[in-house]
Amino acid sequence: MSKFMSWVDERFPATKVWEEHLAKYYAPKNFNFWYYFGSLAIVVLVIQILTGIFLTIHYKPDSELAFASVEYIMRDVPWGWLIRYMHTTGASAFFIIVYLHMFRALLYGSHRNPRELIWLIGCVIYVALMAESFMGYLLPWGNMSYWGAQVIISLFTAIPLIGEGLAEWIRGDFVVSDATLNRFFAFHVILIPLILVALVFLHIVALHKVGSNNPDGIEIKKNKDTNGIPVDGIPFHPYYSVKDLVGVVFFLILFALVIFFMPEFFGVFLEKDNFAPANPLQTPEDIVPLWYFTPYYSILRANTVNFFWIDAKLWGVIFMGLAIALFFVLPWLDRSPVKSIRYRGWQYKFWLTLFVISFVVLGYLGFKNPDHVDLFLFKNVVWAQVFTITYFLFFFLMPFYSRSEKTKPEPERVSFK
Amino acid sequence: MKRLLFLMSLYLFSPLCIAAGESKPLDSVYVNLSDKASMQRGARLFVNYCLPCHSAAYMRYNRMAEDLDISEQVLKENLLFASDKVGDLMTTNMSAKDGKKWFGVQPPDLTLVAKVRKPDWIYTYLRSFYMDENSPSGWNNTLFENVAMPHILYGLQGNQRLAGTDPETGKPEFTLVSEGSLTPEEYDATVRDLINFLVYLSEPVRLKRHSIGVFVILFLLVFMILAYLLKKEYWKDVH
Repeated sequence: MSKFMSWVDERFPATKVWEEHLAKYYAPKNFNFWYYFGSLAIVVLVIQILTGIFLTIHYKPDSELAFASVEYIMRDVPWGWLIRYMHTTGASAFFIIVYLHMFRALLYGSHRNPRELIWLIGCVIYVALMAESFMGYLLPWGNMSYWGAQVIISLFTAIPLIGEGLAEWIRGDFVVSDATLNRFFAFHVILIPLILVALVFLHIVALHKVGSNNPDGIEIKKNKDTNGIPVDGIPFHPYYSVKDLVGVVFFLILFALVIFFMPEFFGVFLEKDNFAPANPLQTPEDIVPLWYFTPYYSILRANTVNFFWIDAKLWGVIFMGLAIALFFVLPWLDRSPVKSIRYRGWQYKFWLTLFVISFVVLGYLGFKNPDHVDLFLFKNVVWAQVFTITYFLFFFLMPFYSRSEKTKPEPERVSFK
Repeated sequence: MKRLLFLMSLYLFSPLCIAAGESKPLDSVYVNLSDKASMQRGARLFVNYCLPCHSAAYMRYNRMAEDLDISEQVLKENLLFASDKVGDLMTTNMSAKDGKKWFGVQPPDLTLVAKVRKPDWIYTYLRSFYMDENSPSGWNNTLFENVAMPHILYGLQGNQRLAGTDPETGKPEFTLVSEGSLTPEEYDATVRDLINFLVYLSEPVRLKRHSIGVFVILFLLVFMILAYLLKKEYWKDVH
């Protein structure tokens, strides 16, 4: 074996890669619950790619055949229903995991110096994931697929001058049609998965260059033993590989609960209108995007006023774009001397809590008619406006509250029970 | 199309737009997918009353027979149209063109109707037909007003007229003008058989996936215990 490995190692850095990234990659020993979501995201990516391959074998990217081919997968393909439910549940699981993974960064300052590039690559992954799921959602060619795509693509028409042409260029037609379905299939199955896999690779390369952050937000590399190994670090393999295995199996239990007992997840993962084939003449009662887009959908609809001679609709698009774009500059908005929430003052905790509440409430309102009263006192659109403002204040005020608040001193070594 | 998109964007961005579709009170039906006899009766009803005009074009006859314990002989003798083979999809013999000509619209495919409309909706719908001389078919429906479909089950239910609305529940009240071959209780039970079948039809694997899921989760629970013990063993020396 060792003879074989040395033969390989002379030609390819197999042992070097194994050691650098697993056996001798030293991760802080104090990872908690929030640190499971990185490896879980990779697990779900693999699930999506593998189930996607099998779906592609039986799916027909043709507006005449697409809907029936999905039902063919559900009924006639052996275990096709399981493969499809894994893929549809996997899409939602991916977003749950990615949102929690991003929240972890906000908790412990994982996006801050020296990890800005990891964060930036992660933000691009997030955007790519949104594109991936948006295009994938058109493929079953259900009525909600159709009208969802119609509405989202028509957002581009709000852009002055080039808007109409741009929307037409994306659709390949004047309306969402067979041409759109075919190109979305190509992007969903080839282009974006390639980009995603490449970005995930870069994300990990960047992480392993600087090393992992931890719940205390202090650098374990500042404290090394005589061999140059961080005293608070443990090799990723076997310590975190076995620990993450527990997390993966726990996730799979929840995943299986949804797949086998509630694959539609109360009409949130699979919507009832999408069990009817696409019909350009019949608009669903409420066009609602998938749950992971609803916070942005609320922000999009929140602005109802034309100001500075710009149309309300265009402002909505601008705000929605900004709501996502602000994540990219987060490492530079945060001016706190400490990284972890454990040593920050009350202001950051307050704003982060408010941000989470805003995100969740905006997500809820995205499902609702703007004119109804579903919370209390005011119409949904008013609440959406309120929480859009608090959403943005979290970012815009960060340079001030993060610098001025009274922080606690960081410890020398990580805290480990 | 541009106009349509313009209207849609109005819908999206105008705070003045009106909510689409108010909901009407529904009667609830108990769906029981372990009652195979009920689903078999529902299948027979479906083939005899629904399939002449509606299709269930994503479903195959032999899959239905296999899942509902219907023998191939019974399937061939009682449930297949003359031209059908056991492995055929459950299409209708009425062409889309004829459907449009006769009813104004092509009757929708019913394979997934229990997912698009909920069981309670279908249950209420099939019990809410009443005689209406002003409608082209001679029938109307309180749940789906001016629906093109005639009351196909009137031979079973009998003819009813709309008597008014219950002021408390908001539900319509009917009086039976002429009796059908079934009593009102028998008719409700028959509609329930049909609903059981339609729910099965919308997702055949639902009969199996729960029991498969139990085994998968039991396996994962054992796996998790072992994985946890492995983790504990490895982490003993981390202080």
